[in-house]
Amino acid sequence: MLENILAILILVGAFFTLVGSIGLIKLPDFYMRLHGPTKATTMGVGSILIASAIYFSQKESGVSAHEVLITLFLFITAPISAHLMAKAALHIQTHQSEQTQKK
Amino acid sequence: MKSSEPRKFIQLLPHPVLTMVLWIIWLLLNNTLAPGHIVLGFILAVIIPLLTTSFWPEKIILSNPWVIFKFFWVVIWDILIANMVVAKLILGPSRRLKPGFVLIDLEIQHPLGISILANTISLTPGTVSCDVSPDRKQLKVHALHLENEMDTIHEIKQRYETPLIKVFQSC
Repeated sequence: MLENILAILILVGAFFTLVGSIGLIKLPDFYMRLHGPTKATTMGVGSILIASAIYFSQKESGVSAHEVLITLFLFITAPISAHLMAKAALHIQTHQSEQTQKK
Repeated sequence: MKSSEPRKFIQLLPHPVLTMVLWIIWLLLNNTLAPGHIVLGFILAVIIPLLTTSFWPEKIILSNPWVIFKFFWVVIWDILIANMVVAKLILGPSRRLKPGFVLIDLEIQHPLGISILANTISLTPGTVSCDVSPDRKQLKVHALHLENEMDTIHEIKQRYETPLIKVFQSC
């Protein structure tokens, strides 16, 4: 039962990480590609870390809470790097896809 | 409140929230609840804010813990939902996507509030915050798929900005 839950969590995590990477190749312009990595960190890494926390809490008969910290640091650093890249891209006026609604 | 005892206490703990966070992080890093680590962590959590007071010019008071709690779960829920939506958008034909920039007028003024808002916007898939205007009045957000500009702005303002204003209004 527990193994099934863990397997599902890891598969979900792997799936969303994969989707993030596909987005990185597939999307047409820089700003849209920026959305890929932010996805992979939130959902993909999130569910893999939950799976890890459950597994090690089970195995070592003690709560394993390292993973909370990894999540915390990722959730703080990922948006900042995305923000900095977006800001730099705006500054040098990177090419935007034609579909972009200008503002 | 005006007696000398609480004032000494405040001087010793200039940033109670930071102290709590550091203490918890120390215990998590060591992955233990051993008494020794609780004491050591507490000592560090008192000393580090004292040494770094100059990095924290404004006082951070977390009023409304209930609002913070609710905000946290709203964000987690939105991340879950938005991930599905964005996964569908990415895997679908990219020619149909309508990306665009949105300008959000900020009502929140506290710097930490603005950075948390920008962080939240970047974390919820589908939107990445790109730039803050120099006067901290506007936030430029890039959306992967923009159906209706007004709806997006309204949603961000209502779901994320309103609770953050409540949390940081007392600072």
